[in-house]
Amino acid sequence: MIPAPFEYVRPTTVEEAVQAVAEGGDDVKIMAGGQSLIPVMRLRLAAPETIVDLGRVAEMRGVREDGDALVIGAMTTHAEVIADPLIAQHARLIAEATETVADRQTRRRGTFGGALAHADPAGDLPSVALALDAEMVVAGPEGRRTVPAREFFVDYLTTALDEGEVLVEIRVPKLAGDWGVRYEKFNRVAQAWSIVAVAAAVRRENGHIAEARIGLTNMGPVPLRAPATEAALAGASASPDAVAAAARSAAEGTSPSSDLNAQADYRQHLAQVLTRRAVATAAGL
Amino acid sequence: MTRVSMRVDGVTYTDEVEPRTLLVHHLREALGKVGTVVGCDTSNCGACTVHLDGQAVKSCTVLAVQADGAEVTTIEGIGSTDALHPVQKAFHEQHGLQCGFCTPGMIMASIDLLKENPSPSEDEVREGIEGNLCRCTGYQNIVRAVQQAAREMSGTSETLGAQS
Amino acid sequence: MTVTEDPATTAPSAPEKEIGQARRRKEDAHLITGETTWTDNMVLPGMLHMALVRSPVAHARITAIDVSAAREAPGVVAVLTGQDVAEEQGSIPSAWQVTPDMVNPGHPSLAVDQVNHVGEAVALIVARSRAAATDAIELVDVDYDTLPPVLDVEEAAKEGADLVHSHLSSNTSYHFVFDAGEAGTGSDTEQAFADADVVVSRRFVNQRLIPAFMEPRSVVVQPVGDSFTMWSATQIPHILRVMAAMVTGIPEHKLRVIAPDVGGGFGGKLQVNPEEILALLVARRLGKPVKWTETRSESLMAAHHGRDQVQYIDIAADREGNVKGLRVRLLADMGAYLRLITAGTPALGAFMFPGIYKFPAYRFELDGVFTTKTPTDAYRGAGRPEATFAIERIMDELAVELGMDPLELRRKNWIDAEEFPFTTVAGLEYDSGDYDTATRRALELIGYDELREEQRRRRESGDPVQLGIGFSTFTEMCGIAPSRVLGSLSFGSGGWEHATIRMLPTGKVEVVTGSTPHGQGHETAWSQLVADRLGVPFEDIEVLHGDTAIASRGLDTYGSRSLVVGGAAVVRAADKVIAKARKVAAHLLEASEDDLEFDGGRFSVRGTPGTGMAIQEIALAVFTAHNYPEDIEPTIDADAAFDPVNFSFPHGTHICAMEVDTETGFVKIRKYACVDDVGTIVNPLIVEGQIHGGLAQGIAQALYEEAVYDADGNLTTGTFVDYLVPSAADLPHFDTDNTVHVAPGNPIGAKGVGEAGCIASTPAVVNAALDAVRHLGVRDIRMPLTPERVWRAVHEGGDGGDRATAKTNAQGAESAQAPSTGTSSTGGAL
Repeated sequence: MIPAPFEYVRPTTVEEAVQAVAEGGDDVKIMAGGQSLIPVMRLRLAAPETIVDLGRVAEMRGVREDGDALVIGAMTTHAEVIADPLIAQHARLIAEATETVADRQTRRRGTFGGALAHADPAGDLPSVALALDAEMVVAGPEGRRTVPAREFFVDYLTTALDEGEVLVEIRVPKLAGDWGVRYEKFNRVAQAWSIVAVAAAVRRENGHIAEARIGLTNMGPVPLRAPATEAALAGASASPDAVAAAARSAAEGTSPSSDLNAQADYRQHLAQVLTRRAVATAAGL
Repeated sequence: MTRVSMRVDGVTYTDEVEPRTLLVHHLREALGKVGTVVGCDTSNCGACTVHLDGQAVKSCTVLAVQADGAEVTTIEGIGSTDALHPVQKAFHEQHGLQCGFCTPGMIMASIDLLKENPSPSEDEVREGIEGNLCRCTGYQNIVRAVQQAAREMSGTSETLGAQS
Repeated sequence: MTVTEDPATTAPSAPEKEIGQARRRKEDAHLITGETTWTDNMVLPGMLHMALVRSPVAHARITAIDVSAAREAPGVVAVLTGQDVAEEQGSIPSAWQVTPDMVNPGHPSLAVDQVNHVGEAVALIVARSRAAATDAIELVDVDYDTLPPVLDVEEAAKEGADLVHSHLSSNTSYHFVFDAGEAGTGSDTEQAFADADVVVSRRFVNQRLIPAFMEPRSVVVQPVGDSFTMWSATQIPHILRVMAAMVTGIPEHKLRVIAPDVGGGFGGKLQVNPEEILALLVARRLGKPVKWTETRSESLMAAHHGRDQVQYIDIAADREGNVKGLRVRLLADMGAYLRLITAGTPALGAFMFPGIYKFPAYRFELDGVFTTKTPTDAYRGAGRPEATFAIERIMDELAVELGMDPLELRRKNWIDAEEFPFTTVAGLEYDSGDYDTATRRALELIGYDELREEQRRRRESGDPVQLGIGFSTFTEMCGIAPSRVLGSLSFGSGGWEHATIRMLPTGKVEVVTGSTPHGQGHETAWSQLVADRLGVPFEDIEVLHGDTAIASRGLDTYGSRSLVVGGAAVVRAADKVIAKARKVAAHLLEASEDDLEFDGGRFSVRGTPGTGMAIQEIALAVFTAHNYPEDIEPTIDADAAFDPVNFSFPHGTHICAMEVDTETGFVKIRKYACVDDVGTIVNPLIVEGQIHGGLAQGIAQALYEEAVYDADGNLTTGTFVDYLVPSAADLPHFDTDNTVHVAPGNPIGAKGVGEAGCIASTPAVVNAALDAVRHLGVRDIRMPLTPERVWRAVHEGGDGGDRATAKTNAQGAESAQAPSTGTSSTGGAL
């Protein structure tokens, strides 16, 4: 099908983008890579009056270091993320999860920032951003502000981005020390969204797990951490039994949805199994 | 209407398009590049795959205006019956197509894969073309074709004796 | 061949036989370069575009339609409702009167006063562009007075159920019975069950599938005076022409139907589509060419679906494992209407439930039941996959009940090689085969003993990933079909096929076939047949098809019929060409016809080396016609029709090894091997390709695909995001091989191959999964084997149950927020 008609604006700087959004009226939609938005528009499930296409905002693209953090431009494509040496070195979990996103063609267009701002609970990158304590740098008419990932994902397809705001870049703290990571994705066919997925980053110290960060994909309307499991793992021995015991609480406090692919209780079960597997792999077990 | 200019299979075209025009519709309907086809509306099937500035993309999920100034290569720009691209030739020799509807996208995705991984294993081919659906072949001969093309393109192949 | 030879002393070496060669396909050249002729590529001067307004509700009376806003929309030329075309649209035809009292409620192309499934067309827009037509859809305002949806076939079949068609007395269209005792092909079934030591009964659900051909349906109609040319992405241009003429009243000779490049069908394009009829009506009314091309979501919702049966199967046996009787009761969910062979598809399975086994008694009962869903109809195998699934599943269940090895039970009961031809309890005469040899070869291919050993190890160690091995030793009836048999089943058509061979003056050959391909490779295979028969080079043969003005007679492509019926007609035509040429050759060589031998494309006089004429020379001679026998017409062209006397019965053994992750329910095919017997193999490349493709679809039924409706009758698997057509990454490598038992029923000796892989594979896959977890108490898992179903069956018992029909994340459409759809979590609202 063909999208409904819309006005099209193509800014080249963040300032222009913010201005274009402000001038775009009530029904403006910001387009990053368009890999979710265009299908939705083709099915006429969305029909914005104005599209602000960030595709030519060069300053929003690329990865750089800034002290203890990596700064990933929101318009950096998935393919660029996967190939980026800085991400490989300091935030491998992002690359690993990104490799599982959709397919190679889609990863050529889809962007890191777009995936986060879209905030689909089945999307792979929000839980990774959450697990890594990323921060979203947002530009709006009032200037820039920084929103921690914990506050960024508000509800199903809803973020803390205010009207008129644009996600510009994502600051990801580098993992310091002996970290292992794993993105354990569970879906029915290669192309499909995650039914459940678990992002794990584990720091080992002297045969113990010093610290674990666990992000859960599609276990509720927003990406979640698994605090009970993280707590149980802190200081635990790096053994399969200890990991299995800790993983049993991975679904605590979650309220996942029921749909064609999985009902809620099965998702909670999967969260435990996948957490165990992700942590075990991340811990090198 | 927005003015867009793009180089498609070596020829530059300048047209006025509605912003909502999908690249694939622009290619098919304005430029007559009907070798590239549309198989779905959710970006799953990959039949519309073309190269945009050298990278495989799904042209049903790109607006024509986004391709303004870009270089587009379609199935019609990679080889001809007299001078087939090695991937085209391999699809023919390995019987990697039946009805042929997915074939343009499949070939364009495969070329892209081989650029990144010149010698993929069977599993790597299967993953590399996960964004392209075929309903006829069961994929096995497509995988064989991609691997044959890989060998030929890297100069390590013995060409299989095609009979026609 | 570059041997230097003296023609006087060396006989010309016979050209290598074409049949059996892995010829690369002639069809490929234009498909791999994008020089294609898909219907949607077609552009004609003044061409208009049609779009359809479709019902968003499953069951309702239409109380009002306001099209005024749509009519005024930019670019819109016309808007028509069901009322506007009620007098001229007729009814979509049902070609199969399964029983004399079968009830057909009629099927308008545009709903007039009631809609009976989501996606049914209620109005059409004609506009100057595709975009304008699409935009205007939203402007049509339809008032619906909703009726209760009728969705569950078991409920719908009950007395007092809500009715789909209120003017009918029930939802049951027909009740069809085949009883071997009554037919004289078996003994009394009730008695057999009463006398049996063991009876196993199961309820199987053969879920609703969607053919999902890759090329969406498309039709273009051009009016020229009182004549019409229709291009359509169809499997059946010939049948479509006849039916469209009958439906619309356009005289058949004023309608030409062309199937250009067609991108797959699998039964899904074996239809007279409402949209084809509507395009014809619009072209007639407006006098302008019109095009309609569906979107994928439209296709999934409105093009016909397949399968969808609830099967109640009882099998009786003695303690030693000799089967004694089979009882089948089917409820076939036909959806809202009878399309071309909606009614007949499940009935076609009636004769295949006994499979390869020697049942002494058999009874089959079938109810065709209406629901408020998209009509079902042919999908690859059409009735036979359902039958094969049931028999191959129940044989495993019986083996478990008897404590026997499933293969041992099969062996004990299957028809032995020396028993062919064998008349089954369903009255079919199986032509040839050897089930044991195929099975032994398949066991070798898969490495059976090692897999069983690994299975044992995994069981003993309590591995979370268990291994199972599943069998399907199947046969099918194909090559549809002997016309007299079809007549006895009250099918509305014959099953012959037609061919013409035209010998051109330059020695080239045109072969015209009535069997219309859409990916099968007819052009290549038919060229091989003719090259061998006429002794002309493969490259010198052109195969023409798919245009009723060129291939004037034909019955098209479905039911694995093309080679065994259509190819046989080609061979017959070639023989007639030779017979005609022989007269001319005798005349020109001044010899008696009886003294001529024809070999390698040349007639020569026996015992007179060096004499002779090539058939190409004879073609030129009758073209110039300066010198030819007085008692013949100056042509050696020939027509032939072939009507088989029997079906052909391919068979094979398929073995699947499956890993089941008992912690997550995820299933993964570890290995798949099959040995198929499809008779004489004309082109091994094409045969292998057909098997591969069939396997993919059969495996997809077992593991991935299901058309799911929610409680309101909405299709929740309405895009490729949720209707899971597997990718290369989701399917295993296949190890395939063949045995060859020539089919006696056609001059090629071939059996059909198009559906075999699809028919055979599904039960092998499910049997494998069950074999992996049977020891955990699982005895059935509903298809598709979603991880959730497998996990529930393992951990909670039962068959995995229904899937939740809440919309998936890909369908958050109702949300006023930006919805999420698409394949990926990428890009989007930034």
